[in-house]
Amino acid sequence: MGHLPLSDVRVIDFSVVWAGPFATMLLADLGAEVIKVENPHVLQPATRGGIARPSKAMLQTQDAIIGGYPNNEPGPRPWNYHPFFVQLYRNKKSCTVDWRRPEGLEIIGRLVAKADVFIENTVQGTLERLGITYEWLREMNEEIIVVRMPAYGLSGPYASARAFGAQLESVMGHTLLRGYRDLDVSSNRAIYSADYLAGTQGALAVMMALWHRKKTGRGQLIEIGQAENASGMFVQAFMDYALNGNVQTRIGNRSVHDAAPYGVYPCLSPGNATEAEDRWIAITVTSDEEWLALRKVMGDPAWANAADLATNAGRAAEQDLLDEKLAEWTRGFDDYDLFHRLQAAGVPAAPVLEASRLFDDPHVQARGIYQPQRLFDDVGTFRFTTPFYRLPETPATVHQPPVALGEHNDYVYRELLGVSDEEYERLKADGHIAMDFDPSIA
Amino acid sequence: MAGPLDDLTILDLTHYITGPYATKLFADYGADVIKIERPGGDPARRLGPFKDEQEHPERSGTFFYLNTNKRSLVLDLQQEQGRDIFARLVDGADIVVENFRPGVLDALGIGWEFIHSRRPGVPLVSISNFGQSGPYRDYKGSELVLYGFAGELYTMGVAEREPVKMYGTAALIESGAAASTAIMAACMVGREQSIGQHVDFAITDSHLGGVDRRHASAIAYEFSGRKPLRHAGSAMGLGGVYPCADGYVEFTGAARFLDRMADMMGSPEWSQDPKWADPRAVADPVLVEEFSGHFYAWLMDRTRREVWAEARRARVVCGPLFTVQELFDDPHFRERGFWQTVTHPEMGTFEMPGRPFIMNDSPWELRRPAPLLGEHTAELLREAGYADGEIEELAAQRVVEVR
Repeated sequence: MGHLPLSDVRVIDFSVVWAGPFATMLLADLGAEVIKVENPHVLQPATRGGIARPSKAMLQTQDAIIGGYPNNEPGPRPWNYHPFFVQLYRNKKSCTVDWRRPEGLEIIGRLVAKADVFIENTVQGTLERLGITYEWLREMNEEIIVVRMPAYGLSGPYASARAFGAQLESVMGHTLLRGYRDLDVSSNRAIYSADYLAGTQGALAVMMALWHRKKTGRGQLIEIGQAENASGMFVQAFMDYALNGNVQTRIGNRSVHDAAPYGVYPCLSPGNATEAEDRWIAITVTSDEEWLALRKVMGDPAWANAADLATNAGRAAEQDLLDEKLAEWTRGFDDYDLFHRLQAAGVPAAPVLEASRLFDDPHVQARGIYQPQRLFDDVGTFRFTTPFYRLPETPATVHQPPVALGEHNDYVYRELLGVSDEEYERLKADGHIAMDFDPSIA
Repeated sequence: MAGPLDDLTILDLTHYITGPYATKLFADYGADVIKIERPGGDPARRLGPFKDEQEHPERSGTFFYLNTNKRSLVLDLQQEQGRDIFARLVDGADIVVENFRPGVLDALGIGWEFIHSRRPGVPLVSISNFGQSGPYRDYKGSELVLYGFAGELYTMGVAEREPVKMYGTAALIESGAAASTAIMAACMVGREQSIGQHVDFAITDSHLGGVDRRHASAIAYEFSGRKPLRHAGSAMGLGGVYPCADGYVEFTGAARFLDRMADMMGSPEWSQDPKWADPRAVADPVLVEEFSGHFYAWLMDRTRREVWAEARRARVVCGPLFTVQELFDDPHFRERGFWQTVTHPEMGTFEMPGRPFIMNDSPWELRRPAPLLGEHTAELLREAGYADGEIEELAAQRVVEVR
C-alpha cells in the first residue's frame, strides 16, 4: 500500500458553483488537503444554495434538484445541504474569513504561504478588486500553482461575461446541436456539461503543474477559459466545419456517426403510469452483427428482413421506419427485462434510469457506488456517491462527509496558522470566524 | 518551453473515443504517447466527419482530433511475436492504458499480471463501459446507452416525449477527461512511490459520480424523496433559451437578479415598481408572465450580440446560441489565439480548436498532426532496439505494419 498521490499537497480553494469545486473534489479524493475558504458575509450565489435561508414553502415551488433539501426541511443551516451543490463538499475542509477587510486578506496571504495550489473560477476582475492577483499570490508564495477558470478566459472582449455551464455550451454551439429534430430549440433544458469538463481538466492541470514543479521547482499560472475548454466535447461538429465548412444541426438521439438504429424507445410503465414513472430504453446498433442480434431478439419480424436493412447505409436511410418499428416493439417490455435480453444477445442497450432507481440497480450496488454519509448538525444519514478512482494500492475513500461552513476553523486558524486563543476570539468577534452566514443575508 | 509531461511515456492501447481523448491530453502537453493500433487501425479512423466527405482511414476528423501528437505503431497482438514487441515497449513505458472489453488483455496474455511481473512499478489503467467487476461487466455500451444508464439523460427533453441526449459523443469525452485524471494519479504514484497498480476506470462510475445533474438528482431524491422530472426550461427559474431578433440567447438564474435584468433592459419605467424587488416575485406565475411580456418584447428588438453586450454590462448571466461557424469567426476567440493551424498529408491545412487550458510555464503544443496508420512503426521499433532487418522480417510476417 502506498499513500494517496496528492497526500502532500495543500489546496486553497476559492472556487464557486460547480466547475472549480468539482476540480477540488477530485483533488481531495486523490488525497490533497483542500481548504475551502468561505466568507460568512457573502453568499456565493449557486454554491451553498440559491439563498441562505429558504422557507419550507419556497422549497416546494422549486425543482427537486434545487428544492429537495433533506427531509424536505431547510434545516438549521440550509447552506450545508443544498442538493445541487452538496455533492462537491466531501473530503474538503472549510474555514471562514471576511476577505473584503485588510485583516481578512492578510489571513488569505498566510494560508497561501502554506499551500501548493490556489484555485478560483470567478469572472476576471472579482479577485483583482480584492487585491488578489497572480503577482500578489507569488509574493506570498513563490512556488504557488495558481489555477484560474474564468468562463471566457482572462483576456478578450468577453472576459467580463458571467456564465454557467449552460451559457458556455450555448456559446460553443452545443445548444444548437442537441435536442429534438422536430421541436424549436427553446425546448432544450439547461444542462451544465461544460462544468464536468472544466472540473476534470482543472484537476488534471493541477497534477501536471505539480509534476512540472517537482522537476523544475517552479509554480505557474494556469488559465482555463471554460468556453474554449468545452469545445472538446463537440469534436465532430468542430472538425466537420474545420475540414468541410459544414454547419451541423441537431439530430436528436441519432448517432453522429450514422449508426442505425440508434435511439431511446418507450417501455412498459408499471402500475398507473405517471410522468414520474415513464420508462425508456436506449438501444444502439453500430454493426451489422449487432443488427442481426437485434433481429433475433425481436423474433426476426418480416419488416426487419428487408434486404436494404442489412447494411448500415441502408438502415441509416430508413431511420424513421426503424424508430417507429422499434418503438412499437419495445413498448411491450419491462425496461430491465429487455435490457438483459438485448445485452445477452450482444446488443448495446440500457434502461434510461430515473434518479430513484439508481440505488437499487444490482450493478450500481455491486460496485459500491453509493455509501451512507452523516450530515452535519445531525440532519440525517444519506447515501452519496463515492470517488470514481479505483486505484487499489492507493484507494480513494470518503473520509469527510459534506463539509459544513466553517467546520475546520479551529484546525485552520489554530493548527495551521498558529493564531493565539486571544486572536482567535477577536477574529470570531469580528465576524471572520463563523459557522453561520451573517443574519443580514437572506 | 516544453510541455509539463515531456519526461513521460505512455503505452496507449486505447481506441475509439474515450481512451484516446484521455491520452490526447497527455500527448498535447508533451508526453510521448505510443499508440498501438490493431492491423487495419483504430476503428475511430472509420468515423466521420471525413475530409471532403470521402470515407478514408486517413481522413477522419474525429480520429484526427483525438490523436494529435501521438505516434502510431501497428501491431498484431494475436501473434506471439507481437506480444514480444509489446513486452519490449512496456520496458520503456511509464504507464499502460487500455480500453479493450474486460478480460481481453488477459486472454491475449498481456494483462495486468504480465505487465506487473515484468515492470512492478508500472501502472495499468483499464477504461471500460461498466467496469472490471459487477454483473454488467461484459455488457456493451455506447455514448447513448451509457449516458442513459449512468448520466442524467432521463430529465433531458420535454415531459410528453422521449428523453433526448447531448450532442455527438460528449458523454464519452467527459469520461475521457475524467479518466485522464486517474491516469495522471497512477503516473504520480508510479513515479514517486514505485508502485504499479491496476486501475479500474468505468465510464458509468464517472457519470454516476461526476458533477452533472445525475449526481444532484440522486441526492435530491435521497434527501427528499422527490424525483427530478423531464420538462422544458431551466432548473433555476426564469431562465432557459429565449428567442431574439436573429436567433436565441440563454439565461440562467435571472430570477435572482431582477434588478440586474431591469438594468440590462435600460431600467424602463415599469421595472421601477417595488414588486420586482421582492424575491418571491419569481415564484408568482402571474408576475412571471407579466415580466416575461416585457422581457420577450425587449429581446425581439435586439440581436444576440446586442442582448449579450447589455447583459455583460449589467452582470446578467446570458449567452448567445452560436453556430460553430460563428465561433470560428468570432473576434474573442481569434484575439485569444484559440484556433490552431495544422497540416496533414491527406487532409491539407486547416484550423481546429486549440488548447483546453493555458499553462504559462509548460505550454500545450501541437508538435505533430494525428499519425498516419503505422507512421511510426519502424521508428518505434528501432527505439526499442530492433535492427532494420528484424523490422523487415516482422513486417513480412504481418506482425507489424510499416508505413
